[in-house]
Amino acid sequence: MNYFTDAVAWLLDPAHYPGPTGIPARLGEQLLFTVVTLVLASVIAIPVGFLIGHTGRGRGIAVATSGGLRAIPTLGLLTLVALWIGIGLGAPYVALTVLAIPPILAGAYTGFEAVNRATIDAARAVGMTELQIVRHVEIPLGLPLLIGGLRSATLQVVATATLAAYVADFGLGRFLFAGLKTNDYAQMLGGSILVILLALVLEGLFAGLQKLVVPRGVAVGRPPVDRKASTRRRPGMEPAITKGI
Amino acid sequence: MTWLWSNLDLVWLRTLDHIVLSLPPILLSFVFALPLGWLANRYRPTRGAILSIAGLFYAIPSLPLLFILPVIIGTSLRSPANLIAALTLYGLALMVRVVADGLASVDPDVRQSATAVGFSAWSRFWLVELPLAGPVLLAGVRVVAVSTVSLATVGAVIGAKSLGSLFTDGFQRGIQVEIITGIVATVLLALVLDGAVVLLGRVLMPWTRRTRRIRPAPAAVLGPMPVVRSVA
Amino acid sequence: MIEFRSVTKEFPDGTLAVDDFSLTVPSHRTTVLVGSSGSGKTTLLRMINRMVDPTSGTIEIDGVSVASLEPVKLRRSIGYVMQNSGLLPHRTVVDNVATVPLLRGVPRRTARADALRLLDTVGLDRAIADRYPSQLSGGQQQRVGVARGLAVDPNILLMDEPFGAVDPIVRAELQQELIRLQHELGKTVVFVTHDIDEAFLLGDQIAILREGGRIAQLGTPAEILANPADDFVASFVGADRGKRALHVESQDGSDVLVDSDGRPAGVLVGQRSGAGPSGGARSDVPHIVPTEGPPR
Repeated sequence: MNYFTDAVAWLLDPAHYPGPTGIPARLGEQLLFTVVTLVLASVIAIPVGFLIGHTGRGRGIAVATSGGLRAIPTLGLLTLVALWIGIGLGAPYVALTVLAIPPILAGAYTGFEAVNRATIDAARAVGMTELQIVRHVEIPLGLPLLIGGLRSATLQVVATATLAAYVADFGLGRFLFAGLKTNDYAQMLGGSILVILLALVLEGLFAGLQKLVVPRGVAVGRPPVDRKASTRRRPGMEPAITKGI
Repeated sequence: MTWLWSNLDLVWLRTLDHIVLSLPPILLSFVFALPLGWLANRYRPTRGAILSIAGLFYAIPSLPLLFILPVIIGTSLRSPANLIAALTLYGLALMVRVVADGLASVDPDVRQSATAVGFSAWSRFWLVELPLAGPVLLAGVRVVAVSTVSLATVGAVIGAKSLGSLFTDGFQRGIQVEIITGIVATVLLALVLDGAVVLLGRVLMPWTRRTRRIRPAPAAVLGPMPVVRSVA
Repeated sequence: MIEFRSVTKEFPDGTLAVDDFSLTVPSHRTTVLVGSSGSGKTTLLRMINRMVDPTSGTIEIDGVSVASLEPVKLRRSIGYVMQNSGLLPHRTVVDNVATVPLLRGVPRRTARADALRLLDTVGLDRAIADRYPSQLSGGQQQRVGVARGLAVDPNILLMDEPFGAVDPIVRAELQQELIRLQHELGKTVVFVTHDIDEAFLLGDQIAILREGGRIAQLGTPAEILANPADDFVASFVGADRGKRALHVESQDGSDVLVDSDGRPAGVLVGQRSGAGPSGGARSDVPHIVPTEGPPR
């Protein structure tokens, strides 16, 4: 017996496609959920991150919060919120928005912090207003790191959305849990392959996007030697990444 | 709260389960990451390949990985070994990059002067580059430790016993305190392990204690390093 | 004319960067603030365009206190050139030069055309207009920085160690270029440096600063060399040694000036025995024809 052949057979079985519990519908649910969660988290995290990055204030709190959130198990948060507001999509939305905020926030402010201080100083000295500095200097130069934060958040949300099928009837995760319940290994494995493919495709898209948004002047030449030393703080070793579920 | 007092022994048991699940991946991923990270740092072509593959592994969601691993490596789905293997893979994916970055962060002047005074490539790696990359590695191990502890809870949904079992059990029986206890215990365990890693770092890298705030001049770091004496 | 009146600046951490500083910076001249680190020279410069606000005292430009002006507007009317060019890495050379005019609402085409002309002015080839700063040499980047400083045709140009990060040969080139530019444009230049040679070369008026922005001596290069106010100044300008401590030696009937190491620095020409050259600030300094020697 070959589990993989079974899984592929399961994936190719036309019976698994139509209807609200078919593969396309589940995939659509997972994608929609991911996008909505990311938008919600971004609306909160990006402005706050920009503010922290621009002013340098509140950074300590942001670092501590994201560090603390990294330690909080997603499954615990998910089940707890589900007990509070009931089974359904509400709990995953709340829990995953909360979990997606730290990487996006970190991407936003580390992007600003990675901008050479002298460049910002010069922009101010030639007469840019604070808003113009944010718009014309900090956002374009910090964009790659922000996209990096969004990338981490996306991975985490896609992954945890799978787990969220434990508390809500939606997404590709249903195949995993349904298969687990009935010992249907083909379904479990087929669903797993779908989730992994989805994650890798999104990862690839973001990797491409991240390359695309590096401003040309920065991508073209070698950055000044001292670039790292002259940034306000070393973004250093505190990956915005939190391993998703 | 009554739940907690009458189930303290259960919480303790699950904590022990959790430690058994999380410690091996933290150690194993570090050990495996050293040669891979070295390889990634040493040659340009391998760097791209190794780091890309590590990145892809990191992108794989954990639940599907837990389902797929048994087919690939023959572990049993609900066994601790399966979860440990998955967590090791994640830790490795993260640590490989950290090791490569850490080795790359070693001042080239120091590396060259070590070669000039007669270190072989092998001894230079162990006695100069690795210790100097220490602070970066330490930061990486801390991240791995915390995220491994947090991630280990996922195994509960497929029946691997850990602090995560308190989530699934509490959810099914509607006991909030049980879930909260699980969260608090997981976070505490993560903090304890994180603290242990920091302490270990201080013991192993005494020179980072004093020079932490001042920018360590390469010579100052190389100087008091105990291992240099035995060679020179 | 820029006037500092009893300006004091204490930073929040308690550092007294500038203590009761007063100075008049004449228009259309180059004034150099020279001192070692900690002398508050950069702080003083940055107070002119309100990058730093004084704790007490006032700074006036042509009789108007800068405190009454809106900082952003003020900065857009003053040219500013800094050490590491401070160019925007994601914008091309021509866009960098046109930054401020564009902010002021000058139409894009006009701003670009003006910027290209400015590249000529600072001695840059228009071919580099579409390059990014990271593709330029250090010297070229500084020239672009100067061009950007001139883009709004300001009356005042502030220069914060603009040539500090380039190698000595390029620095000498840029210094000559600035002298030429200043000859053409006649801006009110305030120039900050720690290099006394650069100060003597570029400055019409030089303020030698001690710690806390206290003026050790103010004057023309000649005045300072001829009469160092105290030992600090004498040692700072090196009047007691090396290339500045010249003495006359006779050599085959003509007078040769020799430095303290015994190396000839030039010959003395003109009326040596006469009643002295006619007036002017530099009258008490003999006119020296340099010998060919290593660049200083």
